Amino acid sequence: MKLIADAAEVDRLIRQLADQIRSGVKDPRRLALIGIRRRGDVLAARLGEVMGIADVGSIDITLYRDDLSETGPMARVGKTHIPFSIQGREVVICDDVIMTGRSVLAAIREILDFGRPARLHLAVLVERPEREIPIHADFVGVKLAPGPGEKVDVRLVPQDDIDQISINPRG
Amino acid sequence: MSPSDSVDLDAPWPHRCLLGLQGMPAAEMRTLLNVARSFSDISTRSVKKAPALRGKVVANLFFEDSTRTRVSFTLAAQRLSADVVDLAGAGSSVSKGETIDDTAANIEAMGVDALVVRHKASGAAAMIAGVVRCAVINAGDGRHEHPTQGLLDAYTVAEAHGRLDGFDLSGLRIAIVGDVVSSRVARSNIAAMTALGAEVVCVGPPTLAPRSLESLGCRVEHDFDAVIGECDVVNMLRIQFERHGEGSGGRDPAAQRASPAFPSLREYRQMYALTEERARLLKPGAVVMHPGPINRGVELAAPVADGPRSVILRQVSNGLAVRMAALYLCVSAAARASA
Repeated sequence: MKLIADAAEVDRLIRQLADQIRSGVKDPRRLALIGIRRRGDVLAARLGEVMGIADVGSIDITLYRDDLSETGPMARVGKTHIPFSIQGREVVICDDVIMTGRSVLAAIREILDFGRPARLHLAVLVERPEREIPIHADFVGVKLAPGPGEKVDVRLVPQDDIDQISINPRG
Repeated sequence: MSPSDSVDLDAPWPHRCLLGLQGMPAAEMRTLLNVARSFSDISTRSVKKAPALRGKVVANLFFEDSTRTRVSFTLAAQRLSADVVDLAGAGSSVSKGETIDDTAANIEAMGVDALVVRHKASGAAAMIAGVVRCAVINAGDGRHEHPTQGLLDAYTVAEAHGRLDGFDLSGLRIAIVGDVVSSRVARSNIAAMTALGAEVVCVGPPTLAPRSLESLGCRVEHDFDAVIGECDVVNMLRIQFERHGEGSGGRDPAAQRASPAFPSLREYRQMYALTEERARLLKPGAVVMHPGPINRGVELAAPVADGPRSVILRQVSNGLAVRMAALYLCVSAAARASA
């Protein structure tokens, strides 16, 4: 295991992301955070805590993925929970890792079914380079480019028992 | 099994078809019910649709009359962005001599991804499932099963009694009252409720609730007044005169309400109808269900059907979510199988 960030470093990255968001959006008073399940929602909750934002939602993108046959027999359609209106808001989509960009695309499609935000932004803890769709992150914690046999593991409390970012062999 | 465990114990959904609930593991029912629960909020969104089945085609193949079930399946498919073709009166080609599996195979050949089948013959949906490769959902076959009704009733019981987390119905007693023997709804209900842990009591005259039903894993009682006070759910069934064979039905309106199964409708009502008076025997928290269509004043008094204990309209709403889940899971499985 290659340790990229320990608990203290993850905490610092989250605070740094919060600063980027605060200074990067046009109207911070209208901020709302929506995390992609599972783990993007944890990041959104942690950012909400640090930034003092109450409007934090989570979405499950299963129904918005572009290939039904890839869903897998383990049907797990999670709940989407956006307990506030996104109309005219500065919405920041939060995810732990961006790679192909397809989950973010699905998330954008789903969020637009809830209303029309003034602006949509994207915040990720880890940015990887393997994009398959022209989508980019506005706010990034750390950029990582793991080798072909490697994967990035993000662990976040309370979903996991510790805060940690690491690179591990695949399989 | 504790409710919190059962969420993790949900089974994967490998089935291209949903033909019946008898013999289905409880974990698979919970998978479907949990997916249905996650779908239940889509109708509250600004866009009341999710694109999960975009580009898929669902065909309603109804050889027997139905409005509510067909509309419910149609709306369910549309909420998931599927296209829907309606073959109501599908009997037309059968009356020209075509077999039902030929009809089904022809429709599948047009590029259909799911067939929703209703037929007056038990086993019709299973037969069709054997000749096509697309998803098949049984929307009622004769006196056999109506699985989505059994599941939506289980969902409604769970909702009414605070069991949505885990869909564990243990400790609940459910009465199914009336024409149990003719009812595919009852068969699917017994299978779903008992698998999820509830106790089922079938109540009716011996002609309509015979002891042989006990082989399905339920109790049979003939005295409604003796059991009503101990039930958490009372599910009232319509008398299906049209299925009572010779000596019932017919064109004469009076004869349509006569049956060889009981001496007179008046006597039936006295013993087995849920009247306002009898509803007072219900225990606190007990709810009243009915699969529809209701014959008001026959098996169920209008003030009870519309009263505070009635969850009949919740059944209808939950039916939409359950049918979305059935379509989503079966079409996904069929897509994986052909990928």
